[in-house]
Amino acid sequence: MLELQNVCFKKDNKLILNNINIKFDETRFYVITGPNGSGKSTLAKIIMGLEKPTSGKIIFNGKDITDMPVDKRSKEGISFAFQQPVRFKGITVYDLLKISTGKDLCKKEACGILSKVGLCALEYVDREINASLSGGELKRIEIASVIARNPKVAIFDEPEAGIDLWSFKNLIQVFKELESNYSGITIVISHQERILNIADQIILMKDGKVSKVGKKEEMINEILNGSSCCKGVNDCE
Amino acid sequence: MVQVAVRGLMIVNEIDKNLLDEIDVSDFKESEAYNIRKNGKSIKRKINDYVDIEPKEDGKGINVYVKENTYFGIVHIPVILTQSGLKDVVYNDFYVGKNANVIILAGCGIHNDEHEDSEHDGIHRFFIEEGAKVKYTEKHYGNGRGTGKRILNPVTEINLKKNASMTMDSVQIKGVSKTKRVTKAKIYEGATLVVKEKILTSDNQVAKTDFVIDLKGDGASCNVTSRSVATENSYQEFKSVVTGKAKSYAHVSCDAIIKDDAKVKAIPEIYAKDADANLVHEAVIGKIAGEQLMKLMSLGLSEKEAEDVIIKGFLK
Ligand SMILES: Nc1ncnc2c1ncn2[C@@H]1O[C@H](COP(=O)(O)OP(=O)(O)O)[C@@H](O)[C@H]1O
Ligand SMILES: [Mg+2]
Repeated sequence: MLELQNVCFKKDNKLILNNINIKFDETRFYVITGPNGSGKSTLAKIIMGLEKPTSGKIIFNGKDITDMPVDKRSKEGISFAFQQPVRFKGITVYDLLKISTGKDLCKKEACGILSKVGLCALEYVDREINASLSGGELKRIEIASVIARNPKVAIFDEPEAGIDLWSFKNLIQVFKELESNYSGITIVISHQERILNIADQIILMKDGKVSKVGKKEEMINEILNGSSCCKGVNDCE
Repeated sequence: MVQVAVRGLMIVNEIDKNLLDEIDVSDFKESEAYNIRKNGKSIKRKINDYVDIEPKEDGKGINVYVKENTYFGIVHIPVILTQSGLKDVVYNDFYVGKNANVIILAGCGIHNDEHEDSEHDGIHRFFIEEGAKVKYTEKHYGNGRGTGKRILNPVTEINLKKNASMTMDSVQIKGVSKTKRVTKAKIYEGATLVVKEKILTSDNQVAKTDFVIDLKGDGASCNVTSRSVATENSYQEFKSVVTGKAKSYAHVSCDAIIKDDAKVKAIPEIYAKDADANLVHEAVIGKIAGEQLMKLMSLGLSEKEAEDVIIKGFLK
């Protein structure tokens, strides 16, 4: 179980996360949604350890990891696909996947991972992760780098951005597999109805706060209709 | 000292072999021509039907002749310096005949265990005839425990005739205290020069590189890519002057990663003397991007490991 307790995050005197309390359970598929700027990416970075909470605690399987650096958290099984993937001069997709899996994986294995995210593997495995890749390609390689780790906690930040419809279907498949194959926690930040639809739990964020948490069935209509008048939904939990 | 036999042709000791392996190979194939220079003297030479190597009269270098239409020639001209305090200046000229296709592997390795400075200045001139293709690789490497400096000052002069082409890869990864590299090129009609340079400096090392390129004919082009990493207290300077006198094209890019207390200076100059000249210069100097480190650390690497991966890739 992963738990955030009273997590606040301030930057430049601005309160970006305001007293976040969430429990993530194993074998659950969570979708975090909410308007731009509501703090979703920041929350993901806090879980990965890329940002440090100003106050509050992060507990992972009973252990306080609030002060644990990012590489250690990664070794504990937390993994994060960036909203904006990073480019590297001279580092190939194959190199990245080797780092990801932490072993000297063979090209065939690397290709296997790539095909899961809908990349025709042979074409990509030796490509450099530089400006020559399109946004969508980069995004899929980013997702592959997380899947390759078989993480206990996998966080994907707006994975659908820049990905065409055909690949999108495959992506949903990948998330479904992740959900059923690993007894882990999958957290996807997304605005997409189809991703919301496969969620067990939906977390709605607004202005740096968790404005609602609930089962998909309870949340989805309200979110898709864009209304926030139905206070009742919160109460039925 | 352990003696190591190399292909039964030549006996070199461990230090020589190590230097040769760093800058090239210590083991040449049957079909390849070579000239090995050690401590200011040629110690071994082999020629063949396509490649002739002649010592210059004063012994201060060689002339290398590659026959016209050579289909695929390979020439090695490594230089090693193991005698501390020696300043070796060598003039090598390369004459590459029409439509020949040749790979030239040069390099200099200095081993200096003493306190006196060792220096090698190689002046290489290329006369490349019409339609010829040259791939030239140069590696610089220094090692040894001594306080004596390891100094390398290569000068490369390139003349590319009509439709000829040359790619030049130069690498200096380790152990050279001080270097000033000068590359001058005259590029005629339809000819192409591609230069890739990689430098890593540490300690108090100083590396300066200087390109002077003249695009003299229509369709002449050049592409210079310099990637460097400056660490600790080192200093690097990149200067390039490109002049386009015709309907020509040049792209020069200098991309440097800077760390610690290092300093890097880039001085680009492009001078179009023709309205049809298209000249581009890019220079970027900066730290390793924080998000690159973060991404790799989120895949389980320590900060140090992440940095090494980024630098290794950058200089690949
Ligand atoms: N590095 C930063 N410095 C200052 N403000 C930031 C930084 N990163 C994000 N923010 C601000 O924090 C808020 C939440 O951002 P973010 O977590 O990216 O939102 P979301 O992912 O929900 O769109 C926004 O107002 C954004 O401008
Ligand atoms: Mg975001």
